[in-house]
Amino acid sequence: MRGREDEWTGLMRSARAGDDAAYHRLLKAVAPVLRAAARRGLARAGQPPDQAEDIVQEILLAVHLKRHTWDSEAPFAPWLFAIGRNKLIDALRRRGKRVFVNIDDFAETLPGEAAQETASAGEVAAQLGTLPQRQRDVLQSIAVEAASIKDTAAKLSMSEGAVRVALHRGLAALTGKLRDH
Amino acid sequence: MHTDQLIRSLAADNPHRAPRVGAVLSMALLVAAPLSILIFATFFGVRADVMSAMRNPFFDMKFAVTLSLAIPAIIVSLHLSRPEALLRGWGWLLLLPVGLLAVAIGSEAMMAPAMPMTMRLMGKNSRVCLVAIPAMSLPLLAGALFGLRHGAPSRPALAGALAGLVSAGLAATLYASHCTDDSPLFVATWYTLATALVTAIGALVGSRVLRY
Repeated sequence: MRGREDEWTGLMRSARAGDDAAYHRLLKAVAPVLRAAARRGLARAGQPPDQAEDIVQEILLAVHLKRHTWDSEAPFAPWLFAIGRNKLIDALRRRGKRVFVNIDDFAETLPGEAAQETASAGEVAAQLGTLPQRQRDVLQSIAVEAASIKDTAAKLSMSEGAVRVALHRGLAALTGKLRDH
Repeated sequence: MHTDQLIRSLAADNPHRAPRVGAVLSMALLVAAPLSILIFATFFGVRADVMSAMRNPFFDMKFAVTLSLAIPAIIVSLHLSRPEALLRGWGWLLLLPVGLLAVAIGSEAMMAPAMPMTMRLMGKNSRVCLVAIPAMSLPLLAGALFGLRHGAPSRPALAGALAGLVSAGLAATLYASHCTDDSPLFVATWYTLATALVTAIGALVGSRVLRY
């Protein structure tokens, strides 16, 4: 556990220093841990585990948009798990469930559990449809078609700067819609 | 959408850099302050005898009390804007104005009383105080909440209450220069009531707007 969490902290420091690949690796590494915790939280609330992926995606968006509140001198895992807990509690409340989020849901992921397949979820996809055309096109291109910022700019006849702005605004808007819907 | 696809788009947005919560909060308070000062200048203003009042240590003490509320409240609210932060270990900072007031009340009690205690406590401005501090707080409260929205507090109502303490502390600092009641008993009663009101509003609004 320790080694894994130290690795996360290192990756997040690199990400902040401008290493996009390290950030990508970090998010891929934490997603299974978040998924396992979300499933456990749903199970405890008597909810089907197939909603776990929506919660995972919501946590990832919050992590992304609030990462400036992480102190690079502090370990990354407690920060991540705090956001995970908050988002899980919100998600269960929205489903009208009494909430029992175990404080250890996130911290104590068993190694075997972390090896679950990734999955698709509906809420982000549904909210994507409500975004302004530009933001939707950019997100579609980068997320779904795996195009680079540069290729997306060429394809949509936008400047790279405009693509970056649309991407960030799109992600922020998605987060707001998921929170308020 | 597949989670791997979402992750890809987040990684592509990694170069985006958000300002720190402290920077956003400072800017928001600086933008809000002129509005509060305008309310102060229009309806209240500095008391006429301010030059002689400054020789009264209990007049100066009011500013020490209000600033010892506002500044620690800013520090604690920034601390709580981190999701993993706890109030534990930081909450005592918020007791500074209480301690200062206790010392001030004690020292006043040891002096030959200029006025009976009930007169010192009730003062002449209790109603003005209860209106002025919340009124001047509102723009600052909006600013503080806006600034803290940039953070990720785990307890939005608590963070909102802190925003209330920040704005009430700053508004009370303005008000202290208007009010002719300098007794620590007056401050402990009416400033506290006004601050509690603003804090409650902050907690209520914060529980809605500070969710992230």
